[in-house]
Amino acid sequence: MEDKLKIADKEFSCRLFLGTGKYRTYEEMNGAFEAAGAELITVALRRLDLSDPSKKTLLDEIDWGRYSILPNTAGCKTADEAVRTANLARAMGLSNWVKLEVIPDPVYLLPDPIGTLEAAKQLVSEGFVVLPYINDDPVLAKRLEEVGCATVMPLASPIGSGQGMVNFEQIKIIIEQAKVPVVVDAGIGAPSDASLAMELGASACLVNSAVALASDPVAMAAAMRMGVDAGRKAYLAGRIPKKAYAAASSPLEGVVR
Amino acid sequence: MAEIHLNGNLETVAEGMSIAALLEAKGVDPKRVVVELNRRILPREELVSALLYTGDVVEVVTFVGGG
Repeated sequence: MEDKLKIADKEFSCRLFLGTGKYRTYEEMNGAFEAAGAELITVALRRLDLSDPSKKTLLDEIDWGRYSILPNTAGCKTADEAVRTANLARAMGLSNWVKLEVIPDPVYLLPDPIGTLEAAKQLVSEGFVVLPYINDDPVLAKRLEEVGCATVMPLASPIGSGQGMVNFEQIKIIIEQAKVPVVVDAGIGAPSDASLAMELGASACLVNSAVALASDPVAMAAAMRMGVDAGRKAYLAGRIPKKAYAAASSPLEGVVR
Repeated sequence: MAEIHLNGNLETVAEGMSIAALLEAKGVDPKRVVVELNRRILPREELVSALLYTGDVVEVVTFVGGG
Protein backbone atom coordinates (compact mmCIF):
# COMPACT_ATOMS: atom_id res chain seq x y z
CA MET A 1 0.00 0.00 0.00
CA GLU A 2 1.30 3.41 -0.87
CA ASP A 3 2.30 5.56 2.08
CA LYS A 4 0.29 8.72 1.52
CA LEU A 5 -0.12 11.71 3.77
CA LYS A 6 -3.64 13.06 4.10
CA ILE A 7 -4.26 16.63 5.25
CA ALA A 8 -7.85 17.83 5.21
CA ASP A 9 -9.17 16.72 1.79
CA LYS A 10 -5.79 16.33 0.06
CA GLU A 11 -3.38 13.44 -0.27
CA PHE A 12 0.36 13.81 -0.75
CA SER A 13 3.01 11.34 -1.86
CA CYS A 14 5.79 13.85 -1.21
CA ARG A 15 6.34 14.60 2.46
CA LEU A 16 8.72 17.48 1.76
CA PHE A 17 6.89 20.81 1.55
CA LEU A 18 8.89 23.69 0.06
CA GLY A 19 8.80 27.44 0.47
CA THR A 20 9.14 29.86 -2.46
CA GLY A 21 11.21 32.55 -0.69
CA LYS A 22 14.87 33.56 -1.03
CA TYR A 23 15.72 31.72 -4.26
CA ARG A 24 18.35 33.49 -6.35
CA THR A 25 16.41 32.80 -9.55
CA TYR A 26 13.00 31.42 -10.47
CA GLU A 27 14.82 28.82 -12.56
CA GLU A 28 16.54 27.46 -9.45
CA MET A 29 13.24 27.54 -7.57
CA ASN A 30 11.37 25.53 -10.18
CA GLY A 31 14.34 23.18 -10.53
CA ALA A 32 14.23 22.57 -6.79
CA PHE A 33 10.49 21.80 -6.88
CA GLU A 34 11.12 19.37 -9.70
CA ALA A 35 14.06 17.67 -7.96
CA ALA A 36 12.11 17.30 -4.72
CA GLY A 37 8.95 16.10 -6.44
CA ALA A 38 7.24 18.84 -4.45
CA GLU A 39 3.44 18.78 -4.27
CA LEU A 40 2.80 21.55 -1.77
CA ILE A 41 4.47 24.97 -1.79
CA THR A 42 4.09 27.99 0.46
CA VAL A 43 3.72 31.60 -0.68
CA ALA A 44 3.48 34.97 1.06
CA LEU A 45 1.10 37.87 0.44
CA ARG A 46 2.39 41.42 0.01
CA ARG A 47 1.48 44.81 -1.42
CA LEU A 48 1.98 44.89 -5.18
CA ASP A 49 4.89 47.08 -6.25
CA LEU A 50 2.89 49.82 -7.96
CA SER A 51 6.03 51.58 -9.22
CA ASP A 52 6.51 48.70 -11.66
CA PRO A 53 3.33 46.59 -11.81
CA SER A 54 4.30 44.90 -15.08
CA LYS A 55 7.47 43.45 -13.55
CA LYS A 56 7.53 39.64 -13.58
CA THR A 57 6.47 38.18 -10.27
CA LEU A 58 5.95 34.80 -8.70
CA LEU A 59 2.59 34.70 -10.50
CA ASP A 60 4.37 34.49 -13.85
CA GLU A 61 6.84 31.86 -12.79
CA ILE A 62 4.91 29.09 -11.06
CA ASP A 63 2.73 26.44 -12.64
CA TRP A 64 -0.18 27.08 -10.28
CA GLY A 65 -2.20 24.10 -11.43
CA ARG A 66 0.58 21.72 -10.52
CA TYR A 67 0.98 22.41 -6.80
CA SER A 68 -1.18 22.68 -3.73
CA ILE A 69 -0.74 26.25 -2.54
CA LEU A 70 -0.25 27.11 1.12
CA PRO A 71 -0.33 30.90 1.62
CA ASN A 72 1.28 32.07 4.84
CA THR A 73 0.58 35.00 7.14
CA ALA A 74 4.27 35.85 7.58
CA GLY A 75 4.84 39.36 8.81
CA CYS A 76 1.65 39.42 10.87
CA LYS A 77 2.23 40.38 14.48
CA THR A 78 -1.31 39.93 15.81
CA ALA A 79 -4.25 37.56 15.39
CA ASP A 80 -6.24 40.33 13.63
CA GLU A 81 -3.50 40.94 11.09
CA ALA A 82 -3.21 37.22 10.41
CA VAL A 83 -6.97 36.80 9.88
CA ARG A 84 -6.98 39.78 7.52
CA THR A 85 -4.01 38.47 5.53
CA ALA A 86 -5.48 34.96 5.35
CA ASN A 87 -8.68 36.38 3.88
CA LEU A 88 -6.77 38.43 1.31
CA ALA A 89 -4.80 35.32 0.34
CA ARG A 90 -7.96 33.23 -0.02
CA ALA A 91 -9.44 35.93 -2.26
CA MET A 92 -6.57 35.30 -4.71
CA GLY A 93 -8.65 32.25 -5.58
CA LEU A 94 -5.98 29.57 -5.42
CA SER A 95 -6.39 28.05 -1.98
CA ASN A 96 -8.40 28.12 1.22
CA TRP A 97 -5.46 26.73 3.17
CA VAL A 98 -3.37 28.96 5.40
CA LYS A 99 -0.05 28.58 7.14
CA LEU A 100 -0.89 30.58 10.21
CA GLU A 101 1.99 32.66 11.56
CA VAL A 102 1.52 35.22 14.34
CA ILE A 103 4.99 36.51 15.10
CA PRO A 104 5.56 39.65 17.17
CA ASP A 105 9.28 39.04 17.78
CA PRO A 106 11.64 40.16 14.98
CA VAL A 107 14.85 38.67 16.42
CA TYR A 108 14.05 35.00 16.93
CA LEU A 109 10.79 35.01 14.92
CA LEU A 110 9.11 32.95 17.62
CA PRO A 111 5.34 32.68 17.27
CA ASP A 112 2.86 34.11 19.79
CA PRO A 113 0.92 31.11 21.14
CA ILE A 114 -2.07 33.11 22.37
CA GLY A 115 -2.47 35.11 19.15
CA THR A 116 -2.02 31.93 17.12
CA LEU A 117 -4.78 30.11 19.02
CA GLU A 118 -7.15 33.09 18.71
CA ALA A 119 -6.53 33.42 14.98
CA ALA A 120 -6.83 29.66 14.47
CA LYS A 121 -10.28 29.57 16.07
CA GLN A 122 -11.44 32.45 13.90
CA LEU A 123 -10.03 31.05 10.66
CA VAL A 124 -11.43 27.56 11.27
CA SER A 125 -14.86 29.15 11.82
CA GLU A 126 -14.45 30.99 8.50
CA GLY A 127 -13.85 27.73 6.65
CA PHE A 128 -10.08 27.83 6.27
CA VAL A 129 -7.87 24.76 6.42
CA VAL A 130 -5.48 25.97 9.12
CA LEU A 131 -1.88 24.79 9.49
CA PRO A 132 -0.44 26.74 12.42
CA TYR A 133 3.28 27.42 12.88
CA ILE A 134 4.08 26.96 16.56
CA ASN A 135 6.84 26.68 19.07
CA ASP A 136 7.59 23.13 20.23
CA ASP A 137 4.82 23.23 22.83
CA PRO A 138 2.80 19.99 23.20
CA VAL A 139 -0.01 21.65 25.16
CA LEU A 140 -0.51 24.36 22.56
CA ALA A 141 -0.43 21.69 19.85
CA LYS A 142 -3.31 19.88 21.55
CA ARG A 143 -5.29 23.10 21.96
CA LEU A 144 -4.88 23.91 18.27
CA GLU A 145 -5.95 20.41 17.32
CA GLU A 146 -9.04 20.77 19.52
CA VAL A 147 -10.14 23.98 17.78
CA GLY A 148 -10.00 22.23 14.41
CA CYS A 149 -6.56 22.84 12.91
CA ALA A 150 -5.67 20.43 10.10
CA THR A 151 -2.08 19.98 11.29
CA VAL A 152 0.31 21.40 13.80
CA MET A 153 3.67 22.68 12.60
CA PRO A 154 6.24 22.93 15.38
CA LEU A 155 9.57 24.53 14.64
CA ALA A 156 12.77 22.50 14.68
CA SER A 157 14.61 25.73 15.56
CA PRO A 158 14.14 29.43 14.65
CA ILE A 159 13.15 30.28 11.06
CA GLY A 160 16.10 30.40 8.67
CA SER A 161 18.58 29.52 11.44
CA GLY A 162 19.56 26.14 10.02
CA GLN A 163 20.19 24.90 13.57
CA GLY A 164 18.29 21.69 12.94
CA MET A 165 16.32 19.70 15.52
CA VAL A 166 17.27 21.61 18.64
CA ASN A 167 14.57 20.37 20.98
CA PHE A 168 13.48 17.09 19.53
CA GLU A 169 12.30 15.65 22.86
CA GLN A 170 9.45 18.20 22.79
CA ILE A 171 8.64 17.36 19.18
CA LYS A 172 8.52 13.68 20.15
CA ILE A 173 5.85 14.49 22.73
CA ILE A 174 3.85 16.53 20.19
CA ILE A 175 3.97 13.62 17.73
CA GLU A 176 3.05 11.09 20.41
CA GLN A 177 -0.04 13.07 21.42
CA ALA A 178 -1.24 14.43 18.08
CA LYS A 179 -4.16 13.00 16.15
CA VAL A 180 -3.51 15.40 13.25
CA PRO A 181 -0.37 15.30 11.08
CA VAL A 182 2.69 16.97 12.61
CA VAL A 183 4.76 18.96 10.10
CA VAL A 184 8.19 20.01 11.33
CA ASP A 185 8.63 23.52 9.99
CA ALA A 186 11.56 25.93 10.21
CA GLY A 187 15.17 25.58 11.23
CA ILE A 188 15.97 22.48 9.19
CA GLY A 189 19.47 22.96 7.80
CA ALA A 190 20.40 19.65 6.21
CA PRO A 191 18.83 16.35 5.08
CA SER A 192 19.95 14.71 8.34
CA ASP A 193 17.75 17.17 10.27
CA ALA A 194 14.76 16.33 8.09
CA SER A 195 15.55 12.65 8.43
CA LEU A 196 15.63 12.88 12.23
CA ALA A 197 12.27 14.66 12.27
CA MET A 198 10.75 11.95 10.11
CA GLU A 199 12.37 9.14 12.13
CA LEU A 200 10.61 10.52 15.19
CA GLY A 201 7.31 10.14 13.35
CA ALA A 202 6.71 13.59 11.88
CA SER A 203 4.29 13.40 8.95
CA ALA A 204 6.19 15.91 6.79
CA CYS A 205 8.84 18.63 6.81
CA LEU A 206 8.55 22.17 5.49
CA VAL A 207 11.83 23.61 4.25
CA ASN A 208 12.72 26.89 2.59
CA SER A 209 16.07 28.52 3.45
CA ALA A 210 18.10 25.30 3.56
CA VAL A 211 17.17 24.60 -0.06
CA ALA A 212 16.85 28.11 -1.48
CA LEU A 213 20.15 29.36 -0.07
CA ALA A 214 22.21 26.19 -0.68
CA SER A 215 25.05 26.60 -3.18
CA ASP A 216 23.08 24.30 -5.46
CA PRO A 217 19.39 24.47 -4.53
CA VAL A 218 18.36 21.85 -7.08
CA ALA A 219 20.80 19.26 -5.73
CA MET A 220 19.91 20.17 -2.14
CA ALA A 221 16.20 19.75 -2.87
CA ALA A 222 16.89 16.24 -4.14
CA ALA A 223 19.04 15.48 -1.08
CA MET A 224 16.38 16.87 1.26
CA ARG A 225 13.76 14.64 -0.34
CA MET A 226 16.04 11.63 0.21
CA GLY A 227 16.46 12.65 3.84
CA VAL A 228 12.71 12.92 4.33
CA ASP A 229 12.08 9.60 2.60
CA ALA A 230 14.86 7.81 4.51
CA GLY A 231 13.52 9.09 7.82
CA ARG A 232 9.98 8.10 6.95
CA LYS A 233 11.00 4.57 5.92
CA ALA A 234 13.06 4.21 9.10
CA TYR A 235 10.10 5.32 11.20
CA LEU A 236 7.83 2.76 9.54
CA ALA A 237 10.53 0.08 9.86
CA GLY A 238 10.85 0.70 13.61
CA ARG A 239 14.25 1.69 14.93
CA ILE A 240 15.91 -0.17 17.80
CA PRO A 241 15.78 1.43 21.22
CA LYS A 242 18.87 3.23 22.48
CA LYS A 243 20.84 1.37 25.19
CA ALA A 244 23.51 2.51 27.59
CA TYR A 245 25.89 -0.41 26.90
CA ALA A 246 27.13 -2.38 23.95
CA ALA A 247 25.47 -5.58 22.70
CA ALA A 248 27.67 -7.75 20.47
CA SER A 249 26.36 -8.52 17.00
CA SER A 250 28.47 -11.69 16.65
CA PRO A 251 28.13 -14.88 18.78
CA LEU A 252 30.02 -14.77 22.07
CA GLU A 253 30.66 -18.56 21.98
CA GLY A 254 33.12 -20.46 19.81
CA VAL A 255 35.71 -17.76 19.59
CA VAL A 256 39.11 -19.30 18.60
CA ARG A 257 41.59 -18.69 21.38
CA MET B 1 -9.94 65.50 -6.49
CA ALA B 2 -9.71 62.84 -3.80
CA GLU B 3 -6.79 62.05 -1.53
CA ILE B 4 -6.51 58.31 -0.90
CA HIS B 5 -4.04 55.97 0.78
CA LEU B 6 -2.85 53.47 -1.79
CA ASN B 7 -0.60 50.70 -0.48
CA GLY B 8 0.45 53.01 2.33
CA ASN B 9 1.19 56.04 0.14
CA LEU B 10 -0.87 59.19 -0.19
CA GLU B 11 -2.18 59.62 -3.75
CA THR B 12 -4.42 62.15 -5.42
CA VAL B 13 -6.97 60.74 -7.85
CA ALA B 14 -10.11 62.05 -9.54
CA GLU B 15 -13.02 61.98 -7.09
CA GLY B 16 -15.43 59.19 -7.87
CA MET B 17 -12.88 57.29 -9.93
CA SER B 18 -13.59 53.56 -9.90
CA ILE B 19 -11.12 51.03 -8.54
CA ALA B 20 -11.12 49.37 -11.96
CA ALA B 21 -10.06 52.67 -13.54
CA LEU B 22 -7.39 53.18 -10.90
CA LEU B 23 -5.92 49.73 -11.60
CA GLU B 24 -5.98 50.41 -15.33
CA ALA B 25 -4.23 53.76 -14.85
CA LYS B 26 -1.55 52.00 -12.82
CA GLY B 27 -1.14 49.23 -15.38
CA VAL B 28 -2.34 46.51 -13.00
CA ASP B 29 -4.13 43.41 -14.27
CA PRO B 30 -7.07 42.98 -11.88
CA LYS B 31 -6.96 39.20 -12.26
CA ARG B 32 -3.52 39.12 -10.65
CA VAL B 33 -4.34 41.02 -7.48
CA VAL B 34 -6.79 41.29 -4.63
CA VAL B 35 -8.09 44.73 -3.70
CA GLU B 36 -9.18 45.78 -0.25
CA LEU B 37 -11.11 49.05 0.17
CA ASN B 38 -11.40 50.39 3.72
CA ARG B 39 -10.70 46.93 5.16
CA ARG B 40 -13.29 45.19 2.96
CA ILE B 41 -12.11 42.76 0.29
CA LEU B 42 -13.70 43.65 -3.03
CA PRO B 43 -15.02 40.81 -5.18
CA ARG B 44 -13.63 41.30 -8.70
CA GLU B 45 -17.10 42.09 -10.06
CA GLU B 46 -17.30 45.09 -7.72
CA LEU B 47 -14.12 46.77 -9.00
CA VAL B 48 -16.10 48.78 -11.55
CA SER B 49 -18.77 49.96 -9.14
CA ALA B 50 -16.45 50.75 -6.18
CA LEU B 51 -15.68 54.49 -6.30
CA LEU B 52 -12.92 56.45 -4.59
CA TYR B 53 -13.37 59.40 -2.22
CA THR B 54 -11.04 61.34 0.05
CA GLY B 55 -9.81 59.31 3.00
CA ASP B 56 -10.27 55.92 1.33
CA VAL B 57 -7.67 53.31 2.17
CA VAL B 58 -6.87 50.95 -0.69
CA GLU B 59 -4.62 47.90 -0.57
CA VAL B 60 -3.58 46.07 -3.74
CA VAL B 61 -1.88 42.78 -2.91
CA THR B 62 -0.49 39.70 -4.62
CA PHE B 63 1.53 36.57 -3.93
CA VAL B 64 5.30 36.74 -3.52
CA GLY B 65 7.91 34.19 -2.52
CA GLY B 66 7.78 33.12 1.10
CA GLY B 67 8.30 30.19 3.42
